[in-house]
Amino acid sequence: MTKLNRRTLMKIGGAGLVLPVLAGRAFAQSEPLKIGFMNVGPKDDNGWTFGHYTGMLALEEHFGDQIETTFVESVPEGPDSERVLRELAQQGNKLIFATSFGFGDYVLKVAQEYPDVIFEHATGYQRADNVGTYNARFHEGRAVLGTIAGHMSQTGKIGYIGSFPIPEVNMGINAFTLAAQKINPDIQVQVVWLSTWNDPAKEADAARALIDQGCDILVQHTDGPAALQVAEERGIIGGFGQGADMSAFAPNTHLTAIIDVWGPHYIETVQEVMDGTWVAEDSWPGLAEGEVVIGPYNEKVPEDVVAAAEAVENGIIDGSIHPFTGPIVDNMGTERVAAGETVDDAGLWAMDWYVQGVTA
Amino acid sequence: MQYRLEKRPEPSRLMLYLSPVAAVVLTAVVGAVIFSLIGYDGVGAVREIFLTPILNPLKWQDLGVKAAPLILIGVGLAIGYKANVWNIGAEGQYVIGGLAGTGVALATRDFSGPWILPLMVLAGILGGMAWASIPALLKTRLRVSEILTSLMLTYVAIQVLNYLVLGPWKDPMGFGFPQTVMFTSSQSLPRVIPGTIVHLGVPLAFLIALIAWLVMSRSLFGFQIRVVGAAPQAARYGGFSANRTIWLALLVSGGLAGLAGIFEAAGPFGRMVPQFPTNYGFTAIIVAFLGRLNPLGVIFAGLAMAVAVVGGDVAQTTIRLPNAAVGIFQAMMLFFLLASDILVRYRLRRVVPQTAGSAA
Amino acid sequence: MSTDLLISIIITVVGASTPILIAALGELVAEKSGVLNLGVEGMMLTGAVIGFAVAFVTGNAWLAIAAAALAGVLVSMIFAFLTLSLSANQVATGLALTIFGTGFSALFGQGYTGRPIALFGPLFPAELATHPTWRVIFGYSALVYFSLVMVVAVWWFLKKTRAGLILRAVGENDVSAHSIGYSVIGVRYAAVAFGGAMAGIAGACFPLLLTPQWAERLTAGRGWIALALVVFAAWRPFRLLAGAYLFGLVMTLELYAKAAGGRFSILPSEFWAALPYLATILVLVLISLRGRQSNAPACLGKPFLPSN
Repeated sequence: MTKLNRRTLMKIGGAGLVLPVLAGRAFAQSEPLKIGFMNVGPKDDNGWTFGHYTGMLALEEHFGDQIETTFVESVPEGPDSERVLRELAQQGNKLIFATSFGFGDYVLKVAQEYPDVIFEHATGYQRADNVGTYNARFHEGRAVLGTIAGHMSQTGKIGYIGSFPIPEVNMGINAFTLAAQKINPDIQVQVVWLSTWNDPAKEADAARALIDQGCDILVQHTDGPAALQVAEERGIIGGFGQGADMSAFAPNTHLTAIIDVWGPHYIETVQEVMDGTWVAEDSWPGLAEGEVVIGPYNEKVPEDVVAAAEAVENGIIDGSIHPFTGPIVDNMGTERVAAGETVDDAGLWAMDWYVQGVTA
Repeated sequence: MQYRLEKRPEPSRLMLYLSPVAAVVLTAVVGAVIFSLIGYDGVGAVREIFLTPILNPLKWQDLGVKAAPLILIGVGLAIGYKANVWNIGAEGQYVIGGLAGTGVALATRDFSGPWILPLMVLAGILGGMAWASIPALLKTRLRVSEILTSLMLTYVAIQVLNYLVLGPWKDPMGFGFPQTVMFTSSQSLPRVIPGTIVHLGVPLAFLIALIAWLVMSRSLFGFQIRVVGAAPQAARYGGFSANRTIWLALLVSGGLAGLAGIFEAAGPFGRMVPQFPTNYGFTAIIVAFLGRLNPLGVIFAGLAMAVAVVGGDVAQTTIRLPNAAVGIFQAMMLFFLLASDILVRYRLRRVVPQTAGSAA
Repeated sequence: MSTDLLISIIITVVGASTPILIAALGELVAEKSGVLNLGVEGMMLTGAVIGFAVAFVTGNAWLAIAAAALAGVLVSMIFAFLTLSLSANQVATGLALTIFGTGFSALFGQGYTGRPIALFGPLFPAELATHPTWRVIFGYSALVYFSLVMVVAVWWFLKKTRAGLILRAVGENDVSAHSIGYSVIGVRYAAVAFGGAMAGIAGACFPLLLTPQWAERLTAGRGWIALALVVFAAWRPFRLLAGAYLFGLVMTLELYAKAAGGRFSILPSEFWAALPYLATILVLVLISLRGRQSNAPACLGKPFLPSN
């Protein structure tokens, strides 16, 4: 029972008064660094937000008492996120991670009001003195998946379930297809756009439709294992986990997974903030830095395919292979990348086209 | 021992003010108990959700910004409901209003000047009115229930939004993300209290509510609405046309919803995105009822809802209350408030079982 | 189009339509008694999470369905008590119920994400259920056949039984029904409970039939489509069946067309998403133009206030 007596009122009032003072004080080394995470989904979404939650756990394990974390879930991308960011800043968090593209405008707004708080925006492109961006080179992982698919697909038709035609998704589709075509030049990739990040029933129906069209391997760029479950139900050759290992959902069909490992980046960032060496920049690590990890391979993946996949993975890590090496022709017939050249980061962000063999 | 609800000779004024308070207190108590039982900090949850937003001055701006659209839409709906015109589609009118204003903004992108914003606002009002005129037309001409038509049109409006933002109105510089360009400074609502996020829409919402209260309680129009709602037959004798009332009620509520829409778009959002529908239109229905269909009551009810929402964010960031729990608190508050309403019009009487044959 | 593809499409459409059909059937009965319950989405989510949890813990799909139905009934009783016994406004209470169901299911489901369950298998033996041609008729799980049986049952109940007549009377003219001696409140309580049970079962279709997992907001708005469907069908059970499959067909065909690499039509996909709602408005207009009353129960949405 809430006792609304003078004592509790004083406590609450007192807390309210202290808050602005706390927010204004500079970060002192002796007290724990307060870190906030703002997420667009729940931590148990089997995918995107879960990956960030795991990253936060890695932080806690690494830094222990030196940090104090807050994980806010299911914040809609809109003015509500502005309020939550401000709330986090007011609560004394000195480092705030906003883990979805749609938070960008609001991160910048709040960052202006709290210049002594450091913000990092995942998958964004807008920066400021105290706003950095970070991302992961998922497309490198897609290249590995494409290698596997190229070897294992028998019909040569791959189904790709996408959410929105944004650069991140396009990069993934293209990297995947290019890698698969290196093994089997006749690989066709059929993309279905869901126009949502999360609607399991629709995802499942899209998977069924693609399988009925003859696709024997499914790839998806959505948050969740619905497509994999249909793959398992229909008994096609394979599917891949997205963001996390999803083999529990499809033990026979789950060939491998791209696992988001945000831990290393988070640990590095927190250390930089503690040391005072943090700068606002765009951080885009991939396989080499261990931020994108390929999950364990299903038993049914033949050894030579595993070897080929690992060769691609290692090649990307040591720099000898680039997922986008020319000549690359798009599906309208235009040459996009000349022979011997690669696509740089700016080119990746501008990717609004698809390679030959992709119907999107 | 039986109890019966007996209609009071006239509504109890005491209960009118006491019952909402009792309902909130009951929510706090029941909520604290239930959540403590399932392992969360029940008392803390209640404190953070209900008290901190009211007591912490830093949160007052958030309350204002969150309550403003609820009050605007709620007032419009209250007027309509008083006349027995059941507009359930305020969310759709809100969206169309926002879209109409966005359309003007996109068309006037290259211009600047103080005439742009009022033009956008006007477009918003007209857009909301236009969307509400469809159920009005169908009701007056074909006697089709406005509950059903306005509700259906809400989902149509959302699809219109998706189409525009994913298609013709998409920002060509936005890397393919579904969003329009940002509104320019001529197209954004100014802040009225420097250093806060309180935009022009906030005081205007309160002002409009006050004006509505004056109109409803003092003017012929208000009298007409109330009579048509309470005694339609008598209203006809009095010369008040039912059709005209239906049109007026829908246009007013539609226009106010559209106004709220453009205020949100030009204020907190700053551009049009698929996440624009935030259920204000539906929440406002509840606000209208909690406010007893009286514009002054709507102000308080809107603030109460804002407290629950803002408090939810605070609870997430301070005591790590999961987002899902916040929704339950809000729903509980609504249930108790709706339930307490009965005590205004009815009182509990103990009934002595009557012998057979006595008059009913 | 090959027969195989056609059969596959039919099976997918059936899967998509069944939960909407079941939820709509329940809401139809509730509305026929005069109660408009906008909390369908909330009740479906509650049924989905409870159904998933029971299926996960016991491995028994039948238990899961029963539990989901029970959960739907219990949750609907909150609505019933507020609107029937306390005369609260039905629209506001229904919306509050949706908020509650969304929050409750999210909270309850927190421990269950990331866990798969087994799909609820087909009712008929494997030879028939997996037969290339006959699976079109025999390949479905019990929930599908249940939905079809319930269409007939609801129709028969409303049209041919005395209880159904009473229910309809309560929905058309509650004051008269009350004066004859029928318990208006009692009938409506029962109708709302039935609606709750069906909504719960419909929600359970998602983890048991379509996507064997739990995720927040699993039903993704299908509850609102079910509400539209009841109106679209002019409160007639067989039209409900046709309408449900029509809605399901539209939802599915678009995906299949995209998967085939073609475009379903020049019209954007948002148009098709809006179509069920536009169609419902059109149907309302058409019925009205033909001069008939809209077939909506006359007391729909109005609280019962005996004048004693």
